[in-house]
Amino acid sequence: MIGLKYGRTVASDVSTETRGRLVSPAGARRRFSLPLGADILTAAVVFLILYLIVRIGTSSDVPLPPPNNEIDLNPWLLPGYSLASLLRMFIGLALSYVFALVFGYWAARNAKAGSILVPTLDILQSVPVLGFLSITVTGFLALFPGSQLGLECAAIFAIFTAQAWNLAFSMYHSSLTLPKEFDEMSRLFRLTAWMRFWRIEVPNAAIGLVWNGMMSMGGAWFFLTASETISVAGNDYALPGIGSYAGQALKQGDVGDILWAIAAMIILIVAVNYLFWRPLVAWAERFRNEQSAPEATPTSSVLNVLHTARWPRRVGAMRRAGADRLGRGMRFLGSDARPIRSGTSTGRRVWDFVFWLIVATILVWGIWSLLDYVMDGQGPGVFLEPFGLAVFTMLRVFAVLVLSTVIWVPIGVKIGMNPKLSRIAQPLVQIFASFPANLLFPLVTSFLVWSGISLNIGGIFLMMLGAQWYILFNVIAAAQGIPSDLREAMADMRVGSWLWWKRFALPAVYPGYVTGGITASGGAWNASIVAEVVSFGSTTLTAAGIGAYISLATAAGNQREVLLGVIVMSIFVIAMNRLIWKRFYRLAEERYSID
Amino acid sequence: MTEETTASPIVTVDDVGQTFAEAPILQDVNIEIFPGEIVALLGKSGSGKSTLLRCIAGLLIPTRGEVRIEGKRLDGPNPDTAMVFQTFALLPWLDVQQNVELGLEAQGEHEKERAEKAMRAIEMIGLDGFENAFPKELSGGMRQRVGFARALVTEPKVLLMDEPFSALDVLTAESLRNELVQIIDAGKFDISSVVIVTHNIEEALILADRVAVLGSRPGVIKEMFAVDLPRPRDRDSRRFKELTNRIYDLLASKPAAAEPAPRTERFSAPGARDGSPPSGSGAPVKKGPKMLPDAGVDAISGMADILAREGRRTIRHLADDLGLDVDDLFPQLDALELLGMAEAADGRIELTGPGLRFAHADIRSAKEMFAAASLRHADLVGIIVRALARSDSQKLPAGFFRDLLARHHSDRTVRNQMRIAISWGRYGELFTYHSEPDEFVLDHGYEQAAAAQVQPQ
Ligand SMILES: Nc1ncnc2c1ncn2[C@@H]1O[C@H](COP(=O)(O)OP(=O)(O)O)[C@@H](O)[C@H]1O
Ligand SMILES: [Mg+2]
Repeated sequence: MIGLKYGRTVASDVSTETRGRLVSPAGARRRFSLPLGADILTAAVVFLILYLIVRIGTSSDVPLPPPNNEIDLNPWLLPGYSLASLLRMFIGLALSYVFALVFGYWAARNAKAGSILVPTLDILQSVPVLGFLSITVTGFLALFPGSQLGLECAAIFAIFTAQAWNLAFSMYHSSLTLPKEFDEMSRLFRLTAWMRFWRIEVPNAAIGLVWNGMMSMGGAWFFLTASETISVAGNDYALPGIGSYAGQALKQGDVGDILWAIAAMIILIVAVNYLFWRPLVAWAERFRNEQSAPEATPTSSVLNVLHTARWPRRVGAMRRAGADRLGRGMRFLGSDARPIRSGTSTGRRVWDFVFWLIVATILVWGIWSLLDYVMDGQGPGVFLEPFGLAVFTMLRVFAVLVLSTVIWVPIGVKIGMNPKLSRIAQPLVQIFASFPANLLFPLVTSFLVWSGISLNIGGIFLMMLGAQWYILFNVIAAAQGIPSDLREAMADMRVGSWLWWKRFALPAVYPGYVTGGITASGGAWNASIVAEVVSFGSTTLTAAGIGAYISLATAAGNQREVLLGVIVMSIFVIAMNRLIWKRFYRLAEERYSID
Repeated sequence: MTEETTASPIVTVDDVGQTFAEAPILQDVNIEIFPGEIVALLGKSGSGKSTLLRCIAGLLIPTRGEVRIEGKRLDGPNPDTAMVFQTFALLPWLDVQQNVELGLEAQGEHEKERAEKAMRAIEMIGLDGFENAFPKELSGGMRQRVGFARALVTEPKVLLMDEPFSALDVLTAESLRNELVQIIDAGKFDISSVVIVTHNIEEALILADRVAVLGSRPGVIKEMFAVDLPRPRDRDSRRFKELTNRIYDLLASKPAAAEPAPRTERFSAPGARDGSPPSGSGAPVKKGPKMLPDAGVDAISGMADILAREGRRTIRHLADDLGLDVDDLFPQLDALELLGMAEAADGRIELTGPGLRFAHADIRSAKEMFAAASLRHADLVGIIVRALARSDSQKLPAGFFRDLLARHHSDRTVRNQMRIAISWGRYGELFTYHSEPDEFVLDHGYEQAAAAQVQPQ
């Protein structure tokens, strides 16, 4: 997987690494190369941005749109609702790609921009997506006073935040690892900046971008469905969509309608995969920078049908003519005919200093103002409650990880080493992982309500519903990737014996496991926001945790507490990544990678 | 091509020097390239040929001196030059025609005209029929043809080529070389001069009007001479062989700076009772430890075996027999020479007494001999061993030695040198390296090797 590796000079074929790894949108990719100081600095920047949004959102008396939560539970309306959700999804995806191309490339091309953008993106990944939703929704409502449009924007923005950072990293990484000869060729043949971008950079990044888009869309369903029903300042809102349909069914405690929603969701996921991503992935193979064809290239029957059709070629010819004109029009953007600079000039140092001085001043002032806002005259004591709650949530996240590991690692190894089994299992697991677990919450919740198990424990299972699949999927992929000669060499050892696991199977799947674990951990944190307060029919269960703190504050319209909660949760996510996953990851890369 | 004319030079490389991370790669390079000539830049790998070519292309602005094209100082890539790459550098997502058109498109030519020019070039270079193929559907030779077409279609004054044939098999390279000569001679493209980088001596002698031989570290022009042979060139002629051998000698001979380096007293072996007296009191400026050639232990002993069987051979015949480039042999030969196991002169190489013993020894004693020899001759290995022997715990962090090297060398070189030293030291059981705390630990082979060093047989 590529985001994870970026920042280290593993310039190997990006896409082979991408293939067969599943990562969730948020909290998935880490760079692990920054010193602590830089982490704190950029975290401060990100928190300031969130603070700014909150202040803008709450500065004026925003007339809220009239409460609107009428969702008709007629199953015949489900296709329409599904399309509405799909539309939001694709708008979010398109915006994410635009963001990724612009900022990913900018960060790679311009050292100064990169030195700010890269750590910022990294921290942004650690902010729980639903936290973004809670914070931005009032801002968007303020943007379109009294209109449903603000809610639409917030939902789309949630999808955007679930994908954009990821994709930007993918672009950044591809651009940084562009083969040196392409860079030299571009400069020597003096390509225009426009040509360099569209003829070299984007194609070079294409495979990574497509795979990342596919993988992060899987996770984005979760955030889409969660963001279609939201309560702001005591008002419940629902955007017509598959998520709100499920939400309504949930409120009415109607299991039959929930099953309808689940069925529609599965159809939607499979259809998008089959009709959109598969063809796209197969098509993106043409951008593979490999001299010889790999053994197994992804294929798509849909793409094959498209290839035999006439109209794509007609469109192609028109597109070429247009592109030619556009390319000449864009000459004003300049050309790539620059020498490669070695070393820095001393004259810049002064500007560097001034630049960082300005940044520092804004930061100090901003942080001061931020603290002033969240403390609300009560002193630093306000942090105590959310910190304590975050510890509870963290314990739940640990429990999710331990349980998923114990259950799925052995199973994943067995599946991955059995080609027949993995051919069946892998697509299924991918659907499980893409499936928004919150649609399944009602089923589990009704069980909790019936059995009287506290959500403090039950929350673990809710969080695990989505998170566990990342571990399973990546372990299967890693087990599949074990070279067969190595497997045969290990046949001497009694297969399945403890030694076989300890010396062979576990170390071999370790890198995949770490990738899956990081992702599952991020997913679990995210899920806590919806998993720690659940209702079924008239019963509402609440668990002690930072997720509940944030969602209760959102429902109450208490922006100060939302911000506080999101900041505290982000700090926990960042700390956990840096203190735990960083070590595991380094070990995986240095010791247990099979190349 | 005609011999040099009275015209003024197209390219002037004026006192060029290039350093990367304080490490001098090129030094005092002066070359003039005249209209109508083909000049070859010849040197071992790592000698800075590609760097020099990139300075001429304007891709690198040299840290010292300047490059002028027709009297104008270069400050970036310019339309007067075009490059053919060793690795072809074709965009895999564009078809042949689109690849060839790339340079024209960059110049803002309209679709129609650039298609016409590209098709003409494609035809002349023998690629017709392939214009819609993608690079991965082509053989290596065909791919490089696309590389030629892409460079030639822009009609640069100077065509630059960086080892254009070295990624191809021998036969393909041969036929492509001939075609290139024909195309240039036929004047189908309006180019004036060619600069070709190569490590292959015959290639230089077959193609070039003049050959510049580069020495390594730092890259200096050791010699520049005209190839006074009629075209087409006959490899079997006496003069061709003479020139070949002369260049072999030039390439094999050590630069003056790399004479046996003075031992630094700081790291002298604690076991050596009398210590080694500083050799040559007027020692030159310290350049840090002498570089280890990039040769694996297996390859070194394999080469020793071959030399033991073959006796005294010219390096060229050796390479021919093995079906390899000389360039492939240099690291192993250099290593044997460095370890005092072989001696080279007049383009020939021969095992010394210790070398012969090494070749015939069983594994155990071969390891011991290798240990003794590398402790004595391989600076970096010796430094590591002596420093380890001095430290109380017989352990040292690898970073210590890395820093030592980093004062004189680029990151890449440091990484390479450490890798080589580790493999040599491990093989000789002088020390081991643990990647986990990133440290060196003295091994038991050290005492024996140190003793052997005190009483050389
Ligand atoms: N960008 C760079 N940074 C640091 N060192 C470099 C760089 N480019 C080349 N070198 C070093 O310069 C030396 C010469 O490289 P090069 O010009 O590629 O040699 P050649 O083409 O003769 O094999 C090598 O030791 C290489 O490691
Ligand atoms: Mg080179």
